[in-house]
Amino acid sequence: MTTSALPTSPPRMEPHHMDVQHHTPWHEYFGFSLDHKVIGIQYLVTGFFFYLVGGALAGMIRVELVTPLSDFMARDTYNQVLTLHGTIMIFLWIVPVVNGAFGNYLVPFYVGARDMAFPRLNAVAFWMLPPAGFLLLSSYFIGGAAQSGWTAYPPLSITTPAVGQIIWIVSVLLLGGSSIFGAVNFIATVLKLRRPGLGLFQLPMFCWAMLGTSVLVVLATPVLAGALILLSMDIVAGTGFFNPALGGNAVVYQHLFWFYSHPAVYIMVLPAFGLVSEILPIHARKPLFGYRSMIYSILGIVFLGLIVWAHHMFTSGTPPWMRLFFTIATAIIAVPTGIKFFNWLATLWQGKLALNSALLFCCGFIFNFVFGGITGVALAQVPFDVHVHDTYFVVAHFHYIVFGGTVFVIFAAIYHWFPKISGRLLNEHLGRFHCLLSFLGFNICFFPQHWLGLNGMPRRVAEYDPQFQLINQISSVGALLLAISTLPFLINVVWSLWKGTPAGDNPWRACTAEWLTSSPPPVENWLHEAPLVTEPYDYGSAEDAMPVTTVQGRELWSAGR
Amino acid sequence: MPIPASILTLAAGILLALVSLWVGQNINLMPVAAADDASAVDALFKVLFSIGVGLLLGITAMLVVALVSFRRRPGDHLDGPAVEGNLPLEVFWTAVPAIVILILGVYSYDIYARMGGMADFNHHSSMATQEVQQASLGHPADPETVIWGGIDRAEGMAFPVEVTAMQFAFVFHYPQQNFTTGELHLPLGQPVELRLKSNDVIHAFWVPEFRLKQDVIPGQPTVLSFTANRQGDYDIICAELCGPYHGGMRSKVVVEDPRNFEEWLIGNTPATVATAPDPSPTA
Repeated sequence: MTTSALPTSPPRMEPHHMDVQHHTPWHEYFGFSLDHKVIGIQYLVTGFFFYLVGGALAGMIRVELVTPLSDFMARDTYNQVLTLHGTIMIFLWIVPVVNGAFGNYLVPFYVGARDMAFPRLNAVAFWMLPPAGFLLLSSYFIGGAAQSGWTAYPPLSITTPAVGQIIWIVSVLLLGGSSIFGAVNFIATVLKLRRPGLGLFQLPMFCWAMLGTSVLVVLATPVLAGALILLSMDIVAGTGFFNPALGGNAVVYQHLFWFYSHPAVYIMVLPAFGLVSEILPIHARKPLFGYRSMIYSILGIVFLGLIVWAHHMFTSGTPPWMRLFFTIATAIIAVPTGIKFFNWLATLWQGKLALNSALLFCCGFIFNFVFGGITGVALAQVPFDVHVHDTYFVVAHFHYIVFGGTVFVIFAAIYHWFPKISGRLLNEHLGRFHCLLSFLGFNICFFPQHWLGLNGMPRRVAEYDPQFQLINQISSVGALLLAISTLPFLINVVWSLWKGTPAGDNPWRACTAEWLTSSPPPVENWLHEAPLVTEPYDYGSAEDAMPVTTVQGRELWSAGR
Repeated sequence: MPIPASILTLAAGILLALVSLWVGQNINLMPVAAADDASAVDALFKVLFSIGVGLLLGITAMLVVALVSFRRRPGDHLDGPAVEGNLPLEVFWTAVPAIVILILGVYSYDIYARMGGMADFNHHSSMATQEVQQASLGHPADPETVIWGGIDRAEGMAFPVEVTAMQFAFVFHYPQQNFTTGELHLPLGQPVELRLKSNDVIHAFWVPEFRLKQDVIPGQPTVLSFTANRQGDYDIICAELCGPYHGGMRSKVVVEDPRNFEEWLIGNTPATVATAPDPSPTA
């Protein structure tokens, strides 16, 4: 790392402030704080609460599917549960946590700023989340939640009970608005708040990931908002935008919906890619392999991500040329994605890998995401997609991407940054046990679902052909393991907050700027001037380096030094 | 003298290729194939499966080798080598996937074109074509007569069946005989053309054994044409969430010998019969 040698300015903080710097008062976390770190933690904890809610809903789905009959809950309740599960996991857990939580916590550090560009907008963006979430949950108790899936395709969404569907729309609009506010803030922060002397191509990869993600959010989310407003008018005011009975076109909704919701996949995985790029080099003690190609592949994914949406509609009312174009565009996106994975493998290769929870969760992510990527390329091929579209094959595929991919990275990131956030290390034994249980549970749950889809089980069903019972039961056992895997994690977090080993400022010997301050960091991040980190991945020794402690003079001579 | 790493790598690569080819060719994950183009889809799947197995095994092996042989030993506080990139290597692993992806794309396009996916849906109905032209000239087309999507082998001589989907059933109408039934019967080895319409919400017509699926969209008729080539009863499954009883929205397609099919047609022609005599009581 290169720390600035610029003329030092007088310390910003008066000495008496230094006594209180480590203690953010607890009530600050429940208020309208403008501190990006507090807001990041607010996102993280709120998101995790909704993860538990969404997980409980997933558990209800897996219980229902233990038997081939619809016997655990009413059929319309089942549809409400699956709609809430999808909506909560996407809009209240993954998107807010990888963007809101880690984006807010880390980006100001990485650009050398003391806060985000628009702290008030940042707080507003967060405080849209809890009302939207509780509104969504409350819809279950006032007339029933939405029943048309997280996709809310009309005419089904127009014919199901209106109250739940309208609440769903309002809630998703609020969450989308929050996401847009956040994205504007990230773009402004990365582009305009960089410490003088810090170039764009010296930024940690996570900043590039957040920049790309935010561009996608700003370009795509308004389209979803427009579509949902039109849909709500079809429901409330009896307009006919998407209602074929009134001359509307149901397929246009699908185009508008997926114009956002496919990029939404990248909004969920690009920040995760960025986090992996931060975590791996530190625990492998090597520079990030292929820094430039990592950036170009992010930009490639952003561009391609905007022109692949209709691959969700290969069996819908789409003309042949469109099916062909979207096949090729979709499959090509595997190329920039593949570059990132090869680069991570090369980062690990010949490193000095610390086999801790953070690194192991990242490796779990690599395996799961490569698996999901392979099935993704298969799904891009129209003739194959025509067979497996809307089946459990697709369910398995996208869980490998968003759960096996992003959620594994969220856990890796928590293990990695918990010492910075709390000042204490998490317990590694419990952490590795959590990782093992998650990996086994996840794969037992979702791996068999590929077979189900290939052989004839459609998605979103409460009842199915009895020949699929055994495989569904295996999948449900995996889901149970996944649920149990949360326990060691929760115990670990609570216990470590009270009794964990003090971490010190920089337990991982990392180079990036969040580690060059106390743990937890003071209100404006550094008591001194913001460090200028122009080489965020400055790990590794020269090829001919010798260990200083054991080398002998004779060896130095013979090496010509 | 130790075996050079390049030879070991080559051997590992050959082994990996053989294993993935064997797995792709010998492990069958698909249900039985009962339509002419289903085997082409299966062949595509086998290629995808082989490539996928090779890629996943290769990357997993790299990952495991890295985790085992590059793990940090106790007391070792050194860093790894400061390798920041390798341009030829990066070009290699950009180019190879790009080429594989393009070849796959051409291959699957070829299969899709053979299945009839690239057909002009409205070729055989000059009226509909006129309507499309009129629509482009500013005259509204009747959306009910234009085909909006699907798979059409463009043979013109296909045996037509009108499929209507509704919450929560499929209904089949044989226009030439003018009768309606709840169970789809199809002649073995003859091209058929299903014209799909929905009365309420979006459904999807899926027969896993035919490897065919098409959304049934209200206001936008779609088409599915194919040739069933294996006798038997197969499930018709609704694959698009259509309401509370979506999971129960199933029907049956009976593929039978043309002679039996003719008998069944004749037996049903005079009256509207809801159920039909089932020649193969396997269900």
